[in-house]
Amino acid sequence: MEGLDEIVEEFLVESYESLDQLDSDLVALEETPDDLERLGSIFRTVHTIKGTSGFLALPKLERVAHVGENLLVPLRDGDLKLDEDIASGLLGMVDAIRDMLGSLENSGDEGATDYEPLVARLQGLLSGEPAKAPANESSEGAEPNNDAEPTAEVAASEESVTETPAEAVETASSDPPPESGESAVASEQSTEAGAEAPSEAAPVDAPSEQASAETANPEPTAVAAAAAPAPATEPAAPAESAAPAEPVSAPEPAASASPAATPAAAKSVGEKEVSTKSVADATVRIDVQLLDKLMNLVGELVLSRNQILQFGNGSEDPMMVAASQRLNHITTELQEGVMKTRMQPIRNAWSKLPRVVRDLSSTFGKKVEVRMEGADTELDKTILEAIKDPLTHIVRNSVDHGIETPDVRVAQGKPVEGTLLLRAFHEGGQVNIEITDDGGGIRADRVRAKAIEKGLITPERAEQMTERELASLILLPGFSTALKVTNVSGRGVGMDVVKTNIERIGGTLDIQSTEGQGTTLRIKIPLTLAIVPALIIKSGGDLYAIPQVSLLELVRLEGHRTEAEVEFIQDVPVYRLRENLLPLIFLDEQLGLRPKRERDEYREHVNIVVLQAEDRQFGLVVDAITDTQEIVVKPLDQHLKSIPAYAGATIMGDGTVALILDVIGIAQRSNVLTEHRDHSFTDAGSADVDRARSGETFLIVDTENGSRGAIHLSTVARLEEFDASKVERCGESQVIQYRDEIMPLIGLGGFGDAVTSDEGRLNTVVFSNGRSSVGIVVGRIVDIVRESGTINEAREPGDNRRVINGRVTELIDLQEVVRRRLPDFGIDEGAMNGVG
Amino acid sequence: MNETSTKERESYCTFRVDALLFGVEVRQVQEVIRSQQTTRVPLAPRVVQGLMNLRGQIVSALCLRERLGLPGAQDQNDSMNVVVRSDEGPISLLVDEIGDVVEVDVRRFEPPPETLLGEQRELVRGVFKLERELLLILNTDRVVSVCA
Repeated sequence: MEGLDEIVEEFLVESYESLDQLDSDLVALEETPDDLERLGSIFRTVHTIKGTSGFLALPKLERVAHVGENLLVPLRDGDLKLDEDIASGLLGMVDAIRDMLGSLENSGDEGATDYEPLVARLQGLLSGEPAKAPANESSEGAEPNNDAEPTAEVAASEESVTETPAEAVETASSDPPPESGESAVASEQSTEAGAEAPSEAAPVDAPSEQASAETANPEPTAVAAAAAPAPATEPAAPAESAAPAEPVSAPEPAASASPAATPAAAKSVGEKEVSTKSVADATVRIDVQLLDKLMNLVGELVLSRNQILQFGNGSEDPMMVAASQRLNHITTELQEGVMKTRMQPIRNAWSKLPRVVRDLSSTFGKKVEVRMEGADTELDKTILEAIKDPLTHIVRNSVDHGIETPDVRVAQGKPVEGTLLLRAFHEGGQVNIEITDDGGGIRADRVRAKAIEKGLITPERAEQMTERELASLILLPGFSTALKVTNVSGRGVGMDVVKTNIERIGGTLDIQSTEGQGTTLRIKIPLTLAIVPALIIKSGGDLYAIPQVSLLELVRLEGHRTEAEVEFIQDVPVYRLRENLLPLIFLDEQLGLRPKRERDEYREHVNIVVLQAEDRQFGLVVDAITDTQEIVVKPLDQHLKSIPAYAGATIMGDGTVALILDVIGIAQRSNVLTEHRDHSFTDAGSADVDRARSGETFLIVDTENGSRGAIHLSTVARLEEFDASKVERCGESQVIQYRDEIMPLIGLGGFGDAVTSDEGRLNTVVFSNGRSSVGIVVGRIVDIVRESGTINEAREPGDNRRVINGRVTELIDLQEVVRRRLPDFGIDEGAMNGVG
Repeated sequence: MNETSTKERESYCTFRVDALLFGVEVRQVQEVIRSQQTTRVPLAPRVVQGLMNLRGQIVSALCLRERLGLPGAQDQNDSMNVVVRSDEGPISLLVDEIGDVVEVDVRRFEPPPETLLGEQRELVRGVFKLERELLLILNTDRVVSVCA
């Protein structure tokens, strides 16, 4: 099935569904032949199959559906009345279609079966001469003779045989039917019934099988399976032929089918019977609303799980602890599973864009290359649907107004071919979609003039406005139309509509443009309903959640270190995080919970949450760090949505509500993100992508001997800095008093002392097994980087060196180091903390 | 809308804020619950008392006293929540005291007097003249539309 074209597969799934519906519709129609609505539905279904099969170049399928449709027309119009013959004929058509679909699924073609007899029969039914069909030519002729049989039995026999094809084969070899003319046909029918599910199809398939059977092993098969036709041609037969003589085993149908030049098909059909798997079986269509409901329930379950976990962790009862752990795991898996059902890669929304761009660019005589990054980024199906149109609109605008014609580009020293970059990535619990072109950008002066003219801004204001602010003016309603009329270069029609559409699904649209260099439109769509891991912190007595995607690391300064290490640039507190100055922002001040701190108020300990906002890093100072938790993001009411500091709210394990901080909103509020640093957006954007992409996170350190090492961040409990004079000697080893325990210190190098001098400060990586800790002294802590897997794959096995940030870096396995140096130190992997 | 109503009588859920008796149409009221733990929302309009967890749904609690511009602070522990349905889901109004559900004759309805000014005029849709006092009918849509 892998080789199957996507369209064909979809066609199969749809058709299987409608065929099942056809079966029941037709049977029901026999009861109520005047049900025009049902007839109409049948007609439409057959018509659709006919149309699609014509489109997919399946002539046999099309022909069968076509005659079926022809027969349905007078029925629908009331010119012909549905009787049992016609119903059987139509059901025969349904089975023929099903067979061909089965063959299509298994072997990729319609199969070798000849359906002409069926076609003739249906045509005969149409002309109103059902009984006259030649009996020896096909089984159809025989069928009308069975009028006397109750309809119910037809249905029953059909069903039973359809469901258990193997049984059909087994019962096939019972009493030969009375009409000798049919027996030959019948034999094939039996093989057919064995090979392919529907017995009812037998009359249809029989003739073709007949042909094949005759060429291969005409006599034996025919005789052995002689009874098989019975179920199909004579509805009553299954009951009569209760005593199976010689079961026809699976190889036989295969044998009879092989002459038909499709041995593979026959074989795969056999396999299919065993596993009863087909395209239709492997997929189920589900109402999105049901998924929504499931998702909500899972959200509630996650909350309850958090609650139970809280109890469980406080419990002494090991049973309780075990049960809550199990609940934890199951809930997590369930949650992931349900989330996945709704997720689709953004590729689905992007796939038609290259075509749009191609058409547009050829219209305008432009050359545009479309590049896509992060096409695998998944997002919720409903959101995906909702952004399709806005995306198309934006792309259209970029090609239309953004990218210049080749001669202009050459004149400006740009490559002839313009680039349109579509990029998607997850950031801060949101999906970011960027559409970047390297075109002319938005001409700020024109926008400014236009905005003043339209009275959207005052001239004074316009003078103060930055390029970015001006660019976002075009998103205002009433502006874009004006642009269109005057054809000012820049973004054209209906950007306000695009913006509105995106905002309707809770997203934001941001526009950044540099004149002459290009424009980036950034769509951010929050994952409402999503469940995200978050850091729970306390500030001003309340709990807040920070999505972990934005979280880089945690730093805690205590006592005199706070005083020493929080430095000031005028009144602005900063912290030196390794080589970088980290602006410090106090959450309680930002939230207006307390007035700005004076310089002498910094004596207390400080918890710094190092966060990433777009391309900036900053330290958010909070009162306490509680823990990490999976939280269910719930949207805020309309009147709170406009506060940029919050991304939503969630319910904690104890039932209280906690606000989720919007890291970018906070950064903007505190001026961490400012205009003048935004011009580097292209580079910054890619940095974001690197961060956002999954990969392994490493702590980069310089060892004492100057070489560079990388430690898996997940194995690091904490980073500490000690005074070298605090190191004490205990027997052979060096120890330090740390958090009320005696922590041994080891070096990364040989077996000598970790600390050789009692001056200066020791950068220490703390490794913990959950009960006790070891300090690994390193020369210098350089950075934390996230490395994508590509370098990893390129590595030779056993080679633990990589190039990270342009330097050869040795991977250090902390566990191995500790195991080697302190064999008695129990390494319990389960108890290790991540970022501590 | 009451004037055109074919019904003679209408039911209102009543409650008190300060000394005033207010009413909200019964069908707009989802439920009335005791004081709940709320989480304050810094930076939010003062009217927003906080967020509360209503059976897994996060609901804003608005201080009606503040909303109506009435003087004095509300005693948080004693206030009752009247949860009303709005276009955006339930919103809780914090009131001092909950009253009965009263059935009133629509003919006793009058629009608010011209002399009623400020916020109250915006938020009060009209007045029912009860035997002993006046029942002020809140325009809930207006009441819950709070701009941040």
